[in-house]
Amino acid sequence: MSDFTIPKFRLPGFVAALGQKLPQWPHGLALIAGLNAALKLKLLPESELTALEDKRFRVQVLDTGGTAHFTYRGGLFRPVFRPEHEPDLAFAANLSAYLQLLSRQEDPDTLFFKRELEITGDTELGLIVKNMLDAVEWPALPKFLLLSR
Amino acid sequence: MSSLPDLVCPAGSLPALKAAVDNGADAVYLGYKNDTNARNFAGLNFDAKTMSEGIRYAHAKGREVLMAINTFAQAGRVADWQKAIDGAVDQGVDAIILADIGLLDYARQRHPQQRLHLSVQGSATSYEAINFCQREFGIQRTVLPRVLTLAQVEHVIKNTSVEIEVFGFGSLCVMNEGRCWLSSYACGESPNTVGACSPAKYVKWDKKPGAMETRLNGILIDRFGDDEPAGYPTLCKGRFEVQGETYYALEEPTSLNVLSILPEIIKIGVRAIKVEGRQRSPTYVTQVTRSLRAALDALKDGGERYHVKPAWQAELAKVSEGSQATLGAYSRPWR
Ligand code: SF4
Repeated sequence: MSDFTIPKFRLPGFVAALGQKLPQWPHGLALIAGLNAALKLKLLPESELTALEDKRFRVQVLDTGGTAHFTYRGGLFRPVFRPEHEPDLAFAANLSAYLQLLSRQEDPDTLFFKRELEITGDTELGLIVKNMLDAVEWPALPKFLLLSR
Repeated sequence: MSSLPDLVCPAGSLPALKAAVDNGADAVYLGYKNDTNARNFAGLNFDAKTMSEGIRYAHAKGREVLMAINTFAQAGRVADWQKAIDGAVDQGVDAIILADIGLLDYARQRHPQQRLHLSVQGSATSYEAINFCQREFGIQRTVLPRVLTLAQVEHVIKNTSVEIEVFGFGSLCVMNEGRCWLSSYACGESPNTVGACSPAKYVKWDKKPGAMETRLNGILIDRFGDDEPAGYPTLCKGRFEVQGETYYALEEPTSLNVLSILPEIIKIGVRAIKVEGRQRSPTYVTQVTRSLRAALDALKDGGERYHVKPAWQAELAKVSEGSQATLGAYSRPWR
């Protein structure tokens, strides 16, 4: 467990307004690069990955106004630049909730019960993704970040 | 004062298992990635490889591994469940948690040396039922359903030599534990048949302006305002209209939390305290295990001055379903 804690915070509204005006792909690409790095390290279990094939995902950061659309196909996560229909699975939360989740400081169900994390779409797919991320044994973070660049 | 009960924590994944062990669980319980266990959710649980790694990890630190094979063998597929039992024995688990009488019999005959526990899904609430399972199948421990008052638990303990395990924390599955078919009523699948209550493929969270609706196989079971806490999408925790009023007609979404009665639980001779939640993340396991470990350790030397620390209570309240906690049946005035 890390010894620093990430507080619950919400960025001011103008950040979101600004975020929506920026091109949507840079942070989206960073996310996808991170996921692909995890793939390369074989951190994600094969059996569950097959369930993601061709599914469309949307990750929305409410208080930055950022949205990433991506899909998983042929062993890689790929960005979707012009999403034509609703994604199969969509997450929406403030930045702090995502950070708390990724650092394993908060539990996804807790955030969900508290309505700080919203999951819509195919619930079973959502559960697969959630459980898949829970089952990952993250290597020491710095190394992982380096690789994902 | 009797010795401390074992703290038995859930492991839905390898990181969760390690979190339980590292934060002071005496034992972890887990299951295979299939319908032989009652938390058969997509992406959860162990395959043979992660299981042996988990067992190695726990055993290296002197902790026990309990294997839940706690669903009922389905017609025509009994061999799958028997294979799971054989596999658990091969893996060297410390005990197998079973509910199905046929499987208890199989395990007893085939692996007479293997330690067996009766699952909460076996729904044994009286010492007669428990002693029957001891006589017939040699069970050494039973997990009591969350329906008994503390006095009733004590009565059971006085009348059996089987070890008693009770729930200490977690989401409530009410009333008819091990016998509940509510989920089947809505979607044709229940814990005892497919190993999951309200399987995810039937669940739909619908975002509407100002509210979120929960549907189970198309049936509207709840609607949350934007600042209302949510709960699991099970029928028992839905809000229904009964005689013109809409409310939680069966159960409120809350979690059981026994911190405040821990000294009594120990005094009456409970052998193990179980934490619910194999479907939850390693973070939850860390938080709950850490708090209960601290509470139990505070009771180690008599614990006359035991009082519930706000920090434990806060940590447990945070991860609770509906962010509320209850003593459940333990302190129920009616029976
Ligand atoms: S409907 Fe409720 S009481 Fe019945 S099995 Fe599901 S969680 Fe338990």
